[in-house]
Amino acid sequence: MKFILPGFRGAFATAALVSACVFASVSMVSCGGGGNAGGADSTSAGSGDALIGAGSSFDNPLFSKLFSEYNKTNGLKVNYQSIGSGAGISQLTAKTVDFGASDAPMNGKQDSALTAPAIHIPVTAGAVVLSYNLPDIKDTLLLTPAVLADLFLGKITKWNDPAIAAANKGVKLPATPVVIAHRSDGSGTSNIFTTYLAKVSDEWNTKVGKGSAVNWPAGLGGKGNEGVAGLIKQTPGCIGYIELAFAVQNNMAYAKVQNKGGNFITPSIASVTAAANIQIPADTKVSLTNTEAADGYPISGFSWVIIYKDQKYNDRSLDRATKLLKLISWMIHDGQQFSSPLTYAPLSPAAVSAGDAVLKSATYDGKPILQ
Amino acid sequence: MDTSVENGSITRSDIPLRVISSSPEAILKAKKRTRLSFRQIRTETIFKKTLMIMGLIMIILVLGILLTLIVQSLPSIKALGPSYLWGKVWNPVSDVYGAWPFLLGTLLTSFLALAISIPFSISVAIFLGEYHPQGWLPNLLKDTVELIAAVPSVIYGFWGLAVLVPIVRDLETHIGVEPVGVGIFSSSLILAIMIIPYAASLGRSMINMVPSHLKEAAYALGATRWEVIRSVILPYTKSGLFAGILLSLGRALGETMAVTMVIGNTSLIPKNIFSPGNTMASVIANEFTEADKPVYLSALIELGLVLFLVTVVINMIGKKIIDRVTND
Repeated sequence: MKFILPGFRGAFATAALVSACVFASVSMVSCGGGGNAGGADSTSAGSGDALIGAGSSFDNPLFSKLFSEYNKTNGLKVNYQSIGSGAGISQLTAKTVDFGASDAPMNGKQDSALTAPAIHIPVTAGAVVLSYNLPDIKDTLLLTPAVLADLFLGKITKWNDPAIAAANKGVKLPATPVVIAHRSDGSGTSNIFTTYLAKVSDEWNTKVGKGSAVNWPAGLGGKGNEGVAGLIKQTPGCIGYIELAFAVQNNMAYAKVQNKGGNFITPSIASVTAAANIQIPADTKVSLTNTEAADGYPISGFSWVIIYKDQKYNDRSLDRATKLLKLISWMIHDGQQFSSPLTYAPLSPAAVSAGDAVLKSATYDGKPILQ
Repeated sequence: MDTSVENGSITRSDIPLRVISSSPEAILKAKKRTRLSFRQIRTETIFKKTLMIMGLIMIILVLGILLTLIVQSLPSIKALGPSYLWGKVWNPVSDVYGAWPFLLGTLLTSFLALAISIPFSISVAIFLGEYHPQGWLPNLLKDTVELIAAVPSVIYGFWGLAVLVPIVRDLETHIGVEPVGVGIFSSSLILAIMIIPYAASLGRSMINMVPSHLKEAAYALGATRWEVIRSVILPYTKSGLFAGILLSLGRALGETMAVTMVIGNTSLIPKNIFSPGNTMASVIANEFTEADKPVYLSALIELGLVLFLVTVVINMIGKKIIDRVTND
């Protein structure tokens, strides 16, 4: 037929586009029940030259620096997506990434969702500090584990409470009401902090427990470190927990916390590294909270890179697996020099050797990759 | 052409015959015209079909979203049952999920915001619609109100946290409640500002559309301006005003970012309107990325489903009220 004109063709194209949209939306609906990793085809990890990682947002500034340095010397590109620890583990479970990064080791439920065993390699350590807004107090606030737990349980409601005064002798504490600030979003920071509280307080352990999101018995929630910091800065009498790096970069006051040995420790890169200098189990899945180390800061934790133990899956080449393991090995050795300038704690010697042992256990088709 | 009907009044020969010229140009012209009308009919049909498909897509999309929400929240519905709705504890550690604190928070903030915003939006609508439809000041006011709707919500949240929260904290110190600043009240204030334009704009155009003969008749009978507004304009526009208010409420129910920044984000049940709380939308925004257990994730999606249904129910009630008001 001769009289198919541009106008008609345009309309036809519109109709085709429309029907495509309908198909797309219908198919989205029909596979919607497939779980959170729906539609992620298993091939993406095998394609392209760049390694792909996803997970912890806490690691992101350090990883950006590390991967750009590694790219300069070895020419390997690494694409890291800072989507949160939990989401990083989901991506690894779906085999869409080469490695996941998490501030908390995988829990039992996450482990059982895996089709093959995974290994954890500690890459850096961070600390959670207690920042507060008490403009009248010039000295650094001292906190004992018991006081800390009672504050966050909502049992201590005034700053001049005898329990706080007992730890801070000679400091004139105001009668200001205590306002607690915590993270409202699920986060590894909350996980480290609640794990610590659950260790030092039985009441916390039974009433609240530990996790990246818990049912807080008191206080206000802020989204992200900046949200909690915002609440602390503008609410008189407010105390909340934030990452050490964030507190240092924003010049916020933070408390010394009494560790297991009874010493009040200022959170710093050195005291976090010291906290990690303990006996580390073979799988490295250890919490550094309430550390045995006498000069270690008690509220700190590792951040891990998580990979599959056997690297032969989804048609991955031996070359790709070797590149990945060499990268991680570089991160825990030479890469550590970039930690301190970014306020990340370098790994302790014990952690590095444990990491090395775990890396050597990785295999390709049953054969070890690194010698 | 002898086709006359014997008993009829009109014969074919009565109709003036149209002379068809048989010159080649004329035939070509006629053919062209036929083609053109063919094309017009075709375009017409295709246009109509496109419109229908576009409309259908909207329905499919909404149903698809609903279906996705239902399917994804099945694990949580199975594990928790209907007590999810009135459960008072939200504890991801022990896998106990109750949506009541958030349902309460959503309804409290939205209706409080609506109550605060209605006087402003109706006033603006009457001022712009009846008193000063033209002029530089009304234009400025109109543009400003429209701009309120265009400002991204995160900016409201930021402004609320930096400016509004300290003011509310001072107020709380004076009236003797826990002076935290953030909470249900602060969120309602922010929401009230954000939803004013919806009711105001719709109200203004409704008032503009009141037939002038009705108003002039009332003036002719000696009515004052206030009497005209009360007895002519408001009764004539009430369904439109109500629709605008409903639109505002819908916006308030779903607002996430600004509320998250000033509500205090606690899963405890609010004791009064100054207490910190949480809304369904802000819980989803906060906890979705790190929901590390299947039931947890599913419980969050079920929260989305509840929010969806709450919005639908409130809209349906609103429609019923509009119908009743219009029929009276």
